[in-house]
Amino acid sequence: MDLTSVLILVGLGAFHGLNPAMGWLFAVALGLQERSRAAVLRALPPIVLGHAGSVLITLALVSAARLATPPKAVSYGVAAVVCGFGVWRIARRRHPRWVGMKVTWWQLAGWSFLMATAHGAGLMVLPITLRGGYGAATLASQSLLATAVHTLAMISTITVLALVVYERLGVAVLRKAWFNLDLAWAVALIGAGAFAAFS
Amino acid sequence: MALIQPDPTFYPSAREAMLAPREELAYVALLDAAGQGRPDALATIDLSDGSITSVNDMPVAGDELHHFGWNVCSAALCPYAPHPHVERRYLVLPGLRSSRIYVFDVKDDPRRPRLVKTIEPETIFEKTGYSRPHTVHCGTDAIYVSALGNVDGDAPGGVFTLDHDTFEPKGRWEADRGPQELHYDFWWHLGHDTMITSEWGTPNQIEAGPSLDLLVGRKYGHRLHVWDLTKRRHLQEIDLGDQHQMALELRPAHDPTKTHGFVNTVVNVEDLSANIFTWYHEDGAWKAVKTITIPAEPAEADLLPEPLKQFGAVPPLVTDISLTLDDRILLVSCWGTGELKAYDVSDPLAPRETGSVRIGGIARRDPHPAAPGRALNGGPQMVETSRDGRRVYFTNSLYRSWDDVFYPDGISSWLAKVDIADDGSLSLDPAFFVDFAADGRRAHQIRLQGGDSSSDSFCFP
Repeated sequence: MDLTSVLILVGLGAFHGLNPAMGWLFAVALGLQERSRAAVLRALPPIVLGHAGSVLITLALVSAARLATPPKAVSYGVAAVVCGFGVWRIARRRHPRWVGMKVTWWQLAGWSFLMATAHGAGLMVLPITLRGGYGAATLASQSLLATAVHTLAMISTITVLALVVYERLGVAVLRKAWFNLDLAWAVALIGAGAFAAFS
Repeated sequence: MALIQPDPTFYPSAREAMLAPREELAYVALLDAAGQGRPDALATIDLSDGSITSVNDMPVAGDELHHFGWNVCSAALCPYAPHPHVERRYLVLPGLRSSRIYVFDVKDDPRRPRLVKTIEPETIFEKTGYSRPHTVHCGTDAIYVSALGNVDGDAPGGVFTLDHDTFEPKGRWEADRGPQELHYDFWWHLGHDTMITSEWGTPNQIEAGPSLDLLVGRKYGHRLHVWDLTKRRHLQEIDLGDQHQMALELRPAHDPTKTHGFVNTVVNVEDLSANIFTWYHEDGAWKAVKTITIPAEPAEADLLPEPLKQFGAVPPLVTDISLTLDDRILLVSCWGTGELKAYDVSDPLAPRETGSVRIGGIARRDPHPAAPGRALNGGPQMVETSRDGRRVYFTNSLYRSWDDVFYPDGISSWLAKVDIADDGSLSLDPAFFVDFAADGRRAHQIRLQGGDSSSDSFCFP
């Protein structure tokens, strides 16, 4: 994996972490509900685990496909799926409905997994991993490495954000600073899809 | 069209919502009482001077518009189902008599709302199995609507949801209703994934007017129901005592970390008093205790309508309550005696009366300071408090067939305003009096532009 790929993975990790809908805001809310910073920190591991799980499963599925399919077919297939998902994100707004404010550790991980999957977090990372070599071992290690780099960037971002908002800024900052990332997210997906088609 | 930043009327917490700018407009449901084919209406009031800026008639007659609400509100900021870039721009108006629901758009010209969608009764019957929609609340994941009964006008009543974007009915909300049959209001403790519902009566029990037989038989509602909001399951029933007939408006604390709230019961059949109960969570169970009793007031029989003559007293008939966003002051409408009371509920189990104003009333007919010589009928009924907790607006009509029993000379409708001082005392604003006598229809629910004390719920303390 070259430096560019690593930087892109880090960038995407930070981009995902930045989105309040990916979990840091949930951690802050749980902390405020219990009036405890420890509750904020306790919420972060399951959120990160759910997100990483979603990314890893996406990469693993495509790796498995790459073992059985010609490379160009995989590239075009990925390009179509990722672009298509981006377009669908523009066209359709959803209201996820699953958990409330009283969540167990595993529910929180599951919620994060669903949010990441529904937003196409793994799909956005996917095209970066298409450039490496072949063979089961290479693909597996590459998927794990990409997920790890992405997740490290994401966990750093959400930890800093959750603590700064909880300790310093307060949630009132949301009123101005919660930018609508849906469009940026969709554009990133379409861009990632195009990248897959040409790589 | 989605916004780039959150809708400016969304606030993460009730505390921050109190800092919102002062309300400029009010939307008021007007009910036709003559029954001659004239429709109900949505009136828009300029609050700077109390002038009526527009009156939108519904397309057909006979709706009996009740507790309308917004398509979205601050609950859109809740972290588990965020959609903060949806606009608060639609008012969802339920017709309690017709089971029709209207959607009005207030964005393009807030002074002249525009009808954009009608959901016909048949659609609601078919999709939900319910009828007589009553109260609308914007939830974290949908628009929630209460319904008083099934398609035949019998029990059970319950809750159904509308899609946030399309307003299409999505079906019954309850997955397991347990023993719940009667229904009226609902609201929630978002921090505890808990819904509370209350009981009035089935449509067949109320539509012809209040029944003395049902009252004496203690057949109207007197229970609260506690639900798991995410699993949609009934958890617990709280019986307030069957002498306390009609448990109506639910005002849970706005702070999502708290677990208490207030409900009014309209009439105690043993002494005609009205009561407020406080519910709370303790040792893993939900409980309720009576915290305010407002006694009946003696009056001469010839001042009283037929059903009350035998008692020689006016029941307070507490029909609505409102809780300021800081969970500090509870406003209580005594529709029978013509009084609006204020209580400091900082200690929710020990309310302390801080203020009172008199206007209208079955026996007293107190005037408004704007027209000191003019006797008014009706009494403080639907009550709404501004987000900063400084101003209270209220109207004087309850429900057509019930109005006609307690105010048989026919309610002449008005909207008045009181100011709340720091110490919780109340004073009628002598310069603010909206008179609907010329229109002839009766004012009911009020919604304040941008939100008020019963429109939004919050996930952050």
